[in-house]
Amino acid sequence: MAVNRRQFLQRMAATGVAATLPFSLVEISWGMGKKPTTEHESFTFAYISDSHLTHIKGNQFTRNFDQGLRKAIMEVNLMSPRPDFVIYGGDLAQLGKREELDHGLELMSALRPPVHWVTGEHDFYLDMGKFWEEKISPLYYSFDHKGVHFVVLNSILTYEDWIKRWSTPMERMLNMARLDNPQGSPFMVGESQLQWLKEDLAKYDVGTPVVVLSHSPLYKIFKPWNFWTDDAEKVQKLLQRFQRVTVLHGHVHQVLYNQIGNITFYAMMATAWPWPYPVSYVQKPNQVPKLTVFMNRADPFHERDGTGWDILDMDSGAITNHYQLWMNENRTVAFDFKLEHPVDLKYQAPDKRIPPQFHY
Amino acid sequence: MKSLKTWLPALTILALTPLAQGDEFTDEDLKRWQAEYEKVMEKGEKLFHSTLGSNKVSCDQCHPNGANTHPETYPKFQKQLGKVATLREMINWCLKNPLQGKPLPLDSDEMIALEAYITWERRGVPLAPGKH
Repeated sequence: MAVNRRQFLQRMAATGVAATLPFSLVEISWGMGKKPTTEHESFTFAYISDSHLTHIKGNQFTRNFDQGLRKAIMEVNLMSPRPDFVIYGGDLAQLGKREELDHGLELMSALRPPVHWVTGEHDFYLDMGKFWEEKISPLYYSFDHKGVHFVVLNSILTYEDWIKRWSTPMERMLNMARLDNPQGSPFMVGESQLQWLKEDLAKYDVGTPVVVLSHSPLYKIFKPWNFWTDDAEKVQKLLQRFQRVTVLHGHVHQVLYNQIGNITFYAMMATAWPWPYPVSYVQKPNQVPKLTVFMNRADPFHERDGTGWDILDMDSGAITNHYQLWMNENRTVAFDFKLEHPVDLKYQAPDKRIPPQFHY
Repeated sequence: MKSLKTWLPALTILALTPLAQGDEFTDEDLKRWQAEYEKVMEKGEKLFHSTLGSNKVSCDQCHPNGANTHPETYPKFQKQLGKVATLREMINWCLKNPLQGKPLPLDSDEMIALEAYITWERRGVPLAPGKH
């Protein structure tokens, strides 16, 4: 159900949330380091992801997850200046059901800026993306905005023999939906999409800022939870010739950032629930980026803790990521042109970190 | 109270019983006990990945492989409960709140199975009672 203006104002008055909203964005200027060689206008966009709307029965959905998405939509609508567009980062649904995707579209229809969609595995594996493609968006595509080239990839494909292993579409969906499933299968972009990406990028000068939007991280963090894309190196290779590339991904439900060569990676917040860092599972080794200052350990007694959304701007010439953390202080992670990697503007130095950022 | 005379024959038998029948066990016993544990742990693994409440949410959605449950830190002070709580009490808190379900009796087979799974996934980590 979309929220009308009156309900919206009532809710805002009731919660007093208006006072904490990011009505103005912090301008960040960089006095040193390499700047992009092509000009582009400054602009902002918002990123909402991983809502996992869950159908119970009839018109009932899991309340907690509905509330997360509703809150993000309300806050994006209050942004001033208005973001040029919103990226939805995937996993709108929990089990790819038509009821869940329809419900998601209804909630998302309240958003004022236009939306660019990225599909997630929870949206995809019931009908292999059929409903998504017919009613929501192509599964991969690109667009240009104010001098920046945006590429949307469907990075949650997997191997054919795994797809054919299951007796029903729902059995397949449930096996993909379980994050810690020992019978899971790694994500990949796949050869035909890699060929498309190669052709798509060929038209652009090396100085063009490129932003790649994928659901899974386009690097390898932790295979047992599919914080992983099997052919990530092939994608990275195609992006290598550009001076400034940023990958924005969902899926991991946590603050995570990394730098590999010329590519900066940011994970976006989930509106539904936070996931532990793989370092918290001691039975298997992980490759969690050392660069990341972890988000606060979530307090389960606060339903929205560890969740949120992101505002991104291109003011510095690279992406600056403003994590909107509902129960914690917001964090800003920006590209440092001197260090050539992203840094948290407050917590990056080890002596600036606070106890809840230590996970075990 | 029964007199010593009544007990004497029984005590005599006990005294004559070889010590070997006390607490000696074999590799077979160890295997059987481990298998019994694993059976319960596997039941817990299934429960942990099932929708135990009323809203289709399962434990593993927030805690893949039981991560971030920190069984080694219990009992510990939970400020929202205002007391030192056990892991089982926190499992019930999760069943009631994020899963919108009913709590389990603390000594139920299901509760013991959930505890067996959660602690198995955290095996090898030193005990740290009270830690936050």
